[in-house]
Amino acid sequence: MKLIIAAIKPFKLEEVREALTEIGVQGLMVSEIKGYGRQAGHTEIYRGAEYVVNFVPKVKLEMVVAADIADQVVETLAATAKTGSIGDGKVFVLDVESALRVRTGETGEEAI
Amino acid sequence: MSKLTKLTGAATALMLASPALAQDADSQIPEEIGFILNTFMFLVMGFLVMWMAAGFSMLEAGLVRSKNVTMQLTKNIALFAIAAVMYYLVGYNLMYPGDAWTVAGVLGAFSTTALEPVGVAADAVDLTYASVGSDFFFQLMFAAATASIVSGALAERIKLWPFLIFVTILVAVIYPIQASWKWGGGFLAEAGFQDFAGSTVVHSVGGWAALAGAIILGARIGKYKNGRVVPMLGSNLPLATLGTFILWMGWFGFNGGSQLYMNTAGNVADISRIFANTNAAAAAGAVAALILTQLVYKKPDLTMMLNGALAGLVSITAEPLTPGLGSATLIGAVGGVIVVFAVPFLDKLKIDDVVGAIPVHLFAGIWGTMAVAFTNEAASFATQAFGIVVVGGFVFAVSAALWMVLKVSMGIRVSAEAEINGLDSTELGMEAYPDFTNG
Repeated sequence: MKLIIAAIKPFKLEEVREALTEIGVQGLMVSEIKGYGRQAGHTEIYRGAEYVVNFVPKVKLEMVVAADIADQVVETLAATAKTGSIGDGKVFVLDVESALRVRTGETGEEAI
Repeated sequence: MSKLTKLTGAATALMLASPALAQDADSQIPEEIGFILNTFMFLVMGFLVMWMAAGFSMLEAGLVRSKNVTMQLTKNIALFAIAAVMYYLVGYNLMYPGDAWTVAGVLGAFSTTALEPVGVAADAVDLTYASVGSDFFFQLMFAAATASIVSGALAERIKLWPFLIFVTILVAVIYPIQASWKWGGGFLAEAGFQDFAGSTVVHSVGGWAALAGAIILGARIGKYKNGRVVPMLGSNLPLATLGTFILWMGWFGFNGGSQLYMNTAGNVADISRIFANTNAAAAAGAVAALILTQLVYKKPDLTMMLNGALAGLVSITAEPLTPGLGSATLIGAVGGVIVVFAVPFLDKLKIDDVVGAIPVHLFAGIWGTMAVAFTNEAASFATQAFGIVVVGGFVFAVSAALWMVLKVSMGIRVSAEAEINGLDSTELGMEAYPDFTNG
């Protein structure tokens, strides 16, 4: 099992969700986050004074998937979240030791 | 046209000073009807101006950070209420002494306001003007507006009580004394100084008092860091926009009512002219700020447009009658331009004005007062400058002295910890938006 964490542009969320559902991803955790990467924020002007927006709004997706579809999920994320301009986000893949469905007690891939 | 108003004894002198005060000789309207119309006009215009208190409240609530909103609202309702009390106790007769000057043309009368008796008979009142009650009600709102100007500039770091003490003295003494010089028929009126509805008498006065306070109080913590200006974003731009529109609406009463008479066709036509000009100047100020912020900063700045509209209004207030729509538009547009450059200019000087009150009310007020000479042949640039300097010098000096006394005696600034945590939780224990985290 793999845990896939992706930070993407908020407006891409719906498109990404649909694409993930299509390839069989059955669960998704979503949170609104702020952060920065190499882009390191951007500047705005308020009442004539420039200021740096250090933390840019993003959406964080977390999903645990079977190891054999992990690559496909990453590819799908890369394809649908991409705009080609700065700030498209990142995808991380981690190993997952175990999983448990609380209601039934199922474990492992059965639980995801 | 000046507010050389009310008292019966001075009627002859007043007619000489301002021909429109006299009933037109060929008018077909009975005097009592004129009295009724004048009075009715004051009551309607007065409650429009009263509503400007709501405008100031919303504008300021929107432009401060969410952690200081309750405090800003508290200050706004407190200052309006205090203004009402003090104007009754001291302000009105100090401003309009009639024949009862303490020092002729300089210092008015010290007495409380007395209204007409209940159900007064027509032959017991001066039918050439309006009821004392309506005049008092109308004039009171101007005093309150002056005080409102100060609160926005000093927001987010001043203590409540010293601020209210300042406002009390501003409305009871400082504002009425300088206003008597012009509108009470004092020495500035004698000198030929023109200020129809108060670019100088109201708006610059608030601006000077705010400027003195902002300098003595100092900037908010973190506003100017390592030679850079750190913007502190307003918490609620919908409220700020609503506040601006409320002020814009109230201004029709502010300028329109300053015609003082609605008892002839000429006066009604003049009031209509004033409404149209006032609106034109506000619109031009907003458009000027829209275009300029786009050109200078590459994006339009809503808060500058709000200030721009208000600056247009302040600019036309000294003379909303004599300009045509074209001139009124130009006068207002210049006000909008002033704001776009004055806001960063004050930041350069490290004078922290949270809502832009000083650019809007002081700088545009000075411009509007000078601009009278373009369209009103009764005005001269020299006399207008004289009035600006006299009023500005007096108000700035007295305000600065008062702020210093308050600073030394009781302190005017909250602790650094209170300022950073926000005045709502530390000073009041009541947040405007308790469901949200502080920003």
